[in-house]
Amino acid sequence: MENRILICMGTSGIAAGAEKVEANFRNELARHKLTDKWEIVKTGDRGLFRDVLVDIITPELGRVIYEYVTPEDISELAEKHLQAGEPVKRLQAGDDYKQFFADQVRIVLSNCGEIDPDKISDYLDQGGYDALKKILQMTPQQVIEEIKSSGLRGRGGGGFPTGLKWEFCKKEASDEKYIICNADEGDPGAFMDRSILEGDPHSVIEGMIIAGFAIGANAGYIYCRAEYPLAIKRLEGAISQAGEKGFLGQGILGSEFSFEITIKQGAGAFVCGEETALIASIEGRRGMPKPRPPYPAQKGLWDKPTVINNVETFANVRHIITRGVKWYSSIGTEKSTGTKVFALAGKVKNTGLVEIPMGTTIRRLIYGPGGGMLNKKKAFKGIQIGGPSGGCLPEDLMDTPIDFESITKTGAIMGSGGFVVMDESTCMVDIARFFLAFTVAESCGKCVPCRVGLKRMLEVLEQITEGKGKQEHLEFLQKMGESIKDTALCGLGNTAPNPALTTLKYFSDEYEAHIEGKRCPAHVCVELVKFEVIEEKCVKCGACYKACPVDAVVWEKKQYAKIDKEKCIKCKACIAACNFDAIQ
Amino acid sequence: MEIDLSDAKKTIERYRDKKGALIPLLQEIQDTYGYVSKEAVELVSKELSIYPVKIYGVLTFYTQFYLTPRGRHTIRVCQGTACHVMGGKELLDYLSDKLGVSEGETTADGTFSLERVACLGCCGIAPVIVVDEDFHGRCTIKNLDVLLDSYKSEGAE
Repeated sequence: MENRILICMGTSGIAAGAEKVEANFRNELARHKLTDKWEIVKTGDRGLFRDVLVDIITPELGRVIYEYVTPEDISELAEKHLQAGEPVKRLQAGDDYKQFFADQVRIVLSNCGEIDPDKISDYLDQGGYDALKKILQMTPQQVIEEIKSSGLRGRGGGGFPTGLKWEFCKKEASDEKYIICNADEGDPGAFMDRSILEGDPHSVIEGMIIAGFAIGANAGYIYCRAEYPLAIKRLEGAISQAGEKGFLGQGILGSEFSFEITIKQGAGAFVCGEETALIASIEGRRGMPKPRPPYPAQKGLWDKPTVINNVETFANVRHIITRGVKWYSSIGTEKSTGTKVFALAGKVKNTGLVEIPMGTTIRRLIYGPGGGMLNKKKAFKGIQIGGPSGGCLPEDLMDTPIDFESITKTGAIMGSGGFVVMDESTCMVDIARFFLAFTVAESCGKCVPCRVGLKRMLEVLEQITEGKGKQEHLEFLQKMGESIKDTALCGLGNTAPNPALTTLKYFSDEYEAHIEGKRCPAHVCVELVKFEVIEEKCVKCGACYKACPVDAVVWEKKQYAKIDKEKCIKCKACIAACNFDAIQ
Repeated sequence: MEIDLSDAKKTIERYRDKKGALIPLLQEIQDTYGYVSKEAVELVSKELSIYPVKIYGVLTFYTQFYLTPRGRHTIRVCQGTACHVMGGKELLDYLSDKLGVSEGETTADGTFSLERVACLGCCGIAPVIVVDEDFHGRCTIKNLDVLLDSYKSEGAE
């Protein structure tokens, strides 16, 4: 239809009220007797967090993008835009929106927020399953050569060359082989896989079928995190539609190749993102990793050769096949080709999913799509890249290009794509403690370095944040961290010390302040905050008074605020509310 | 209290000959009963000839399995990186204090179960809590009280 209303309805859109927006649009269309003239397209999230994003597309006005749309705005939009053909200026997306998308190269995310993921026809209109049709005319070895020469590397964190992995598995002689899509995206702060599954599930399915053809597998599993109910629902729908069209099942598109996909729902264990643990979980056991070799490509699911790739990796495959190796490898750097999707979050103006060519600098990501710092009054401190396996990098490394080798050199890792920007109100010791607490809770307990070593590191970090730190703790953290890296059984343990090690390396002054000065420069560590108002800094605005949930702040107009320590529950709502750093 | 296990029996039948079916089977039993009872474990053990220790091994490994009944409402507090930086931990501490339960526990009156979750991927509206299926973004300790009351009164009706 010519007249279309696009509503972003992924998990974040729905969380912000997109379903109510849709319902109101339907009511308004009915009220204005316009229902048969308009099509409402429910897309996945486009990536930018703007509460509810709505596009209204007409031949006359083209595409008009509205941001921060609330259910209350719909009657105005209907009356002015749908009825009278006049855009509603106050809701139109501004310069920040344009800047967010300007530097991006959207390949994997090209369909997210543009098509209805529940309709296979939308996907087909965008060239969907063309890659599958093309490879059915090729030999499996030719497909592997294409992927190898594209330079595609695993997007789940490790960066292993995808084509090589497929080739290893193809060479194994076996009656049965498997493809597994790792959609157990557990890193706090990472949600690129979820958005791809919700916004463009067929691209992942198509990638898996092509991989199956290449290595000679007839069955595939998608292991999806249980916390992603909407992604699972979209996948189920997509798999059944692909089956109806003959892209899945027996004799795909008249060829001799058959392929089935089954969804396995996770049950809440971060370690299952590790490939051998994931296999154990699909087999119905506790998800604990195994020593490698043998690698899954030799002995994987049910002891059969298995290729495991991450969601984003599979989503790249169809583009490489249809648009060609030359095109793909021209994007990015020599050793890291293509793009990477990052989940940009924290103290930056624009947050959301960003797809950038490999080799873009950290600074460019923050000041381009990110739009710069959220609060101009608070100075930039650093970034955290790669979640619990990654690390924190300071300002003087901001010109590091984002590619596998350059990021690893800093002591962090690319990881799955978490990217959190921090300002002076973030405490780096607390961040290290936060990630260690996460990995300690998620350690499966099989190997000693991870089970015991991480716990010891966490205890020391807790002592430091509580003001009980000692100088020798720093050396302990360094030594323990390095030995865990060298000796842990799987990727979880090998990388878990990174947040502590990188903060020790780049933010040692903060550790010193906690240990020697017994103070937390960011006023985050509760035991080190006095909860006193510094009168020289207080501007008597009363922001802290309004924020306090237990009426512990005493304040009257034109008076300095005071904190009643008897009542105070140390929740730090006042510190967050104060723009003048007056509570310490 | 006697538990009617006839639904569990039907579920077991459907999974009987499937490879690697223990986890989806237990998930489905939990969907029906809200948790996996001792009686259900014994039934699965007997019917499928799996030692109870192996079943409990799986149940206790994964955080989404419950061995005790849940509250009427489940509050999940996101502890992802973005929520942490925006005050998610303070929300969890406050709720735990106010409800008088630690994470993973249910209030004595059976109204609320409190949980933490690693990341819900709604980092743009951090900090986030989810009550049952409803997301609440940009939470502050102040608006939590109002929110809790609305669910409490809803349960009383």
